[in-house]
Amino acid sequence: MHIVVLVKPVPDPASGGERLGPDGRLDRAAVPAVVNGNDEYALEAALKLTAAGPEGSSVTLLSMAPGSAPETMRKALAMGAARGVHVTDPALAGSCAVSTARVLAAALGAMAFDLVLAGVDTSDGVGGTIPAAVAAHLGLPLLSYATRIEPDEPAGSVRVRRISATGYDLLEAPMPAVISCTQALGEPRYPSLKGIMGARSKEIVTRSLGDIGLDPSSVGGGVATTQVLGSTVPPRRGATEVVRGTAQEGAARIIELLTQRRII
Amino acid sequence: MTETNTSPSPYRLTPEQELLRETVRVIADARVAPRAAEIDRTAEFPNDLRELLAKQDILALPFPVELGGVGGDLLSVCLAVEQLSRACATTGLILAGQALSSLPLLLAGSPEQQARWIPRLASGEWLIAFALTEAEAGSDAAAARTMAARDGDDYVITGSKRFITHGSVADLITIFAVTDPAAPRHRRLSCFIVEVPAAGFSVDRLEHKMGLRGSPTAELAFDAVRVPAANRIGEEGDGFGIAMRTFDRSRPGIAAQAVGIAQGALDVAIAYARQRRQFGQRVGDFQMVGAMLADMDARTEAARQLLYKACVEIEAGAPEASRWAAMCKLVAGDTAMQVTTDAVQVLGGYGYIDDFPVERMMRDAKITQIYEGTQQIQRLVIARALLGRDG
Repeated sequence: MHIVVLVKPVPDPASGGERLGPDGRLDRAAVPAVVNGNDEYALEAALKLTAAGPEGSSVTLLSMAPGSAPETMRKALAMGAARGVHVTDPALAGSCAVSTARVLAAALGAMAFDLVLAGVDTSDGVGGTIPAAVAAHLGLPLLSYATRIEPDEPAGSVRVRRISATGYDLLEAPMPAVISCTQALGEPRYPSLKGIMGARSKEIVTRSLGDIGLDPSSVGGGVATTQVLGSTVPPRRGATEVVRGTAQEGAARIIELLTQRRII
Repeated sequence: MTETNTSPSPYRLTPEQELLRETVRVIADARVAPRAAEIDRTAEFPNDLRELLAKQDILALPFPVELGGVGGDLLSVCLAVEQLSRACATTGLILAGQALSSLPLLLAGSPEQQARWIPRLASGEWLIAFALTEAEAGSDAAAARTMAARDGDDYVITGSKRFITHGSVADLITIFAVTDPAAPRHRRLSCFIVEVPAAGFSVDRLEHKMGLRGSPTAELAFDAVRVPAANRIGEEGDGFGIAMRTFDRSRPGIAAQAVGIAQGALDVAIAYARQRRQFGQRVGDFQMVGAMLADMDARTEAARQLLYKACVEIEAGAPEASRWAAMCKLVAGDTAMQVTTDAVQVLGGYGYIDDFPVERMMRDAKITQIYEGTQQIQRLVIARALLGRDG
């Protein structure tokens, strides 16, 4: 079982300092980068699947990101991924989702895998289109919004529970396939200290656009299909009250609040 | 895209150390901090957190890779102790105690002895305690009276040890006992590893302490406890020297605990000073309170930097290891006491009650001025390094 997990370095949401530079692009120097939260859930799912898989199963990380990405990938390697592939090229600056999907698909074209896992979206752009676009480029099935992943290696297929409005849909597709992963798959593990110390010796391969067979003029800011014109912080919500105490005390307080506002 | 592959300044943590610190910080916030008040209130050893530290290889940090450890250097161990202690000083001491109590074995144990005991210490399956202090031999450790009498291939240990951290939960006891009462003061002691339970070994009592209440501090009785000679660490008479070399590497661990406690208290004080309003403004915006926070931050950072520097110097084999170790413990312990006391002051009445953690941190901080050598002993060590011995 070989799984590629798409991991994106994003500005640390906990830092609260995420902002756009004057060119409308993310100011990456302003905030420390972390692995996108939903990608960590995808990685956790991948690590569980490979641990349960046959001997020699492994997880490979794939990132399209600026030069500092390996620092961010180290944490994902420390969690248990075996190796990383880092696609980076000056021509990629300002890429939109269309370029990103094209690049990731081209990189995956040269890799062997049974499954590609990715978070449902990323906390910086929140587009949520990449898994589907990558699957389309590769001509592979897309199993989206997964809450459970059950590969059947002898049969060469995978079953996924997909969140639906009323519960879940059960999907089945032949492998290889692309799966977008929700947080319902389970909390990501903390890296163990042995994992951290071992992460340095794991290989992160760097690939340029030339290496993956793409013409630099076909991707990047020059051919971006979207442009970010600005961003605003949503208005603060009014005062909130957190109700604490036992269930009975809490219920009594909530009834009191709703009554005061004449809601009930 | 920018290239950031310039080599980092050596006066910074390595990427591994950064990631290690961040990982332990997240674990401390998510899993340790929510337990800290209960651990203090019930004064029960947090076995759940001990198991968590084992599972995450945090207890493996001080041990060599080839014996099942992570091979962390002194600074890495201290980074982890600091982050754990920020949330709960008792939990920080689980790692600090495991590291310091293993030092005699790591510094002076034979390869056979290390292979025999360290893998189970690194895995966290076993805990180890350090038993030097006695009721009448505290700062004057060489005055210990516990005897180890040679009997054929064994030693027979008789005596009592007091204030032994983890003494009641440990599986191994590193004990210092007199093998030659007639020898010069610093050649009287030898060091042994005792596997417990053992015939004649008992935990006579647990202390009721001001702070570190979840960390069991035991009085241990040895009534003719028989230990094979193969359990002796180093040669006969090496005990005092082994203990002193231990302190050069163990005091930074306690300094790290102290820095962590100080940072924990500062974090609470800052959050409170931003949120609490009096006279129509945040209390932190009153200059007297703001100045306190600034001093607390500067003191904590100064103690931290001295600690990190001490770790690096000691690891590099600096000739003045004892001075570095004593200085960082002295400064960090006093900082923890000062900063936690000030944190209580910033919170006012709320600081004095257990709705907030700073009163616990203030109680926990006090021990860092006492154990692993009192602040007075640290000053003595530093002064001796400055002056040399008379004649």
